[in-house]
Amino acid sequence: MSVRVYVPCDSGALSMGAERVAKAIRAEAERRGLVIELVRNGSRGLYWLETLVEVGTADGRVAYGPVKVADVASLFDADFLHGGAHALHLGITDQLPWLKNQERLTFARVGITDPVSLDDYLAHDGYRGLRNALAMTPDAIVQQVTDSGLRGRGGAAFPTGIKWKTVAGCVADQKYIVCNADEGDSGTYSDRMIMEDDPYVLIEGMTIAAIAVGATQGYIYLRSEYPHALVSLNTAIERAQAAGYLGEHILGSAHTFHLEVRRAAGAYVCGEETSLLESLEGKRGLVRFKPPLPAIEGLFGKPTVVNNVISLATVPIVLDKGAEYYRDYGMGRSRGTLPIQLAGNIKQPGLVEKAFGVTLRELLYDYGGGSASGRPIRAVQVGGPLGAYLPESQFDTPLDYEKFSEIWAVLGHGGIVAFDDTVDMAKMARYAFEFCAVESCGKCTPCRIGSTRGVEVMDNIMQGKQVSKNIALVRDLSDTLLNGSLCALGGMTPYPVLSALNHFPEDFSKASAITSETALADPA
Amino acid sequence: MVQGHNELIAEKIEAHRGMAGGLLPLLHAVQDAIGYIPEESYPAIAKGMNLSVAEVHGVVGFYHHFRTHAPGRHILQVCRAESCQAMGCSELEHYVKARLGVDYHGTSADHAVTLEPVYCLGNCALSPAVMFDEQVLGRVDKATIDELLNTLEAA
Repeated sequence: MSVRVYVPCDSGALSMGAERVAKAIRAEAERRGLVIELVRNGSRGLYWLETLVEVGTADGRVAYGPVKVADVASLFDADFLHGGAHALHLGITDQLPWLKNQERLTFARVGITDPVSLDDYLAHDGYRGLRNALAMTPDAIVQQVTDSGLRGRGGAAFPTGIKWKTVAGCVADQKYIVCNADEGDSGTYSDRMIMEDDPYVLIEGMTIAAIAVGATQGYIYLRSEYPHALVSLNTAIERAQAAGYLGEHILGSAHTFHLEVRRAAGAYVCGEETSLLESLEGKRGLVRFKPPLPAIEGLFGKPTVVNNVISLATVPIVLDKGAEYYRDYGMGRSRGTLPIQLAGNIKQPGLVEKAFGVTLRELLYDYGGGSASGRPIRAVQVGGPLGAYLPESQFDTPLDYEKFSEIWAVLGHGGIVAFDDTVDMAKMARYAFEFCAVESCGKCTPCRIGSTRGVEVMDNIMQGKQVSKNIALVRDLSDTLLNGSLCALGGMTPYPVLSALNHFPEDFSKASAITSETALADPA
Repeated sequence: MVQGHNELIAEKIEAHRGMAGGLLPLLHAVQDAIGYIPEESYPAIAKGMNLSVAEVHGVVGFYHHFRTHAPGRHILQVCRAESCQAMGCSELEHYVKARLGVDYHGTSADHAVTLEPVYCLGNCALSPAVMFDEQVLGRVDKATIDELLNTLEAA
């Protein structure tokens, strides 16, 4: 029997040369007259070890990494095909502490299977949730999702079941399921991993949602920066359709669900659900006033479920193992697990799926191994560009929606970006305004004008001009943005700005010490 | 507009006529085929999609991804979001700009590369990241950029 060798096709692994490694392994095996079966799996999420190569042995899959093309010949010399010793030998993949201590529910298959192989998906418990759902009434499906405690993983944390119930309760000739795959937050990549590395789980989740609320058409609104996910999703949709899991009479039932991927076009604000719907309708991505809620008047004015990739991809396991199984993980009102993404200046970055309740410190040091630069971690931004910066004194906060609210921070989509002590927090606050100015849709004044004014005021502060007056101005401006913006883009830009100012005030008065003389002389 | 583009765009319009919310897919199809969306094509697109020219103009202008002028032979997108900043992307940005002799949205004199900023490529575990055409590169340093651009110059 030929040995199975796994080389990931995830774009993160590809960015570290996985394609060249795969080719080199194939060529070397051929040169040595060895027969191997090369599987292109997803990434296990241990990105600092990419390209992570695995071989199937009697004891389980054995990992080697990070493998470069130059290592391939020596791996063969060391008989890696039978788990031989080598400097890059890491041991049995599943036994690596980094993986072993995770609670992978949504990510159960990621990195293990060939992403677009439907057979692989079925062999690893795929489509069990849908089969259960087909035997249930739509109300019972919605109830299961509600009972699981699942909340929107895009960042808003709204209970998924309640949203579904609203759409299910609407009478309309057409309803839609829309997947928000416009993952634009820096430091986040869990949506990308699901779509590239286990696309069927998203398709299954959307199909279950469609049956639960009575929708027949679905769209995945995918950011244009994810070309690999587009290929993976389209291949999986085509295969699911051919096998009767999509289209008319799903698995012989009376249900119909058509699914299509629509490419976004590089506007961050289109991650906001109403702006996303405008974009799907072929318009400028301007934010809509709410109400009406998209659940009642959404895409093309019809009742629409808009859920994030992770929320939808979690539905299959809830329907497979039951609401209680999922709800038993987590703490407080944050039930289940969160796929956390470690990013930025971190030694061991990657995907950690854990039950809510894990602390930032555990994630940054036990999993992350501290900073990549070896310097102290000074600040972390949690929840994307609109999330707060947290100082070391807050690293013991458990990941929980409510605990984060208490310290005026957000979990968002679960991205954690670490910065070492070389970071200039005034610069980061300025960047937050700059980002808001670049991405503002322009509909509401606080966001459109306030973001640009914010950049100007920060420039003055950084040049040491009338620092205390200008800091008061930043606070006042932030108050306007917080309370007067139409959506979270303007409404949450103050989170990074004010948290930087509150926790790292010394960075805002650096320039004033140097240029206080010129500042005094400044008549303005 | 380059000769032949008219027919190509007309084909794309025909393929998207009547598609619900079809304007974005159409604009993508046009840009995928010829690299940009010529302003001269707005009247035809507007007519085909039953919109006003102003609406087409507004949509093209709203989205960062769409461009109205022909780019270089390759597109280099440098991520400047927080995760990449934490790993020193601003130094990388300066280097790439100096190396190509252009600022963002500019095209190098030899027309080989158009430089664009991007806010997250989803490769934040391997920052700093860039995207060269559709190929994502991780843990990018000056040497990676040199290797990439030297290969282009040699070609």
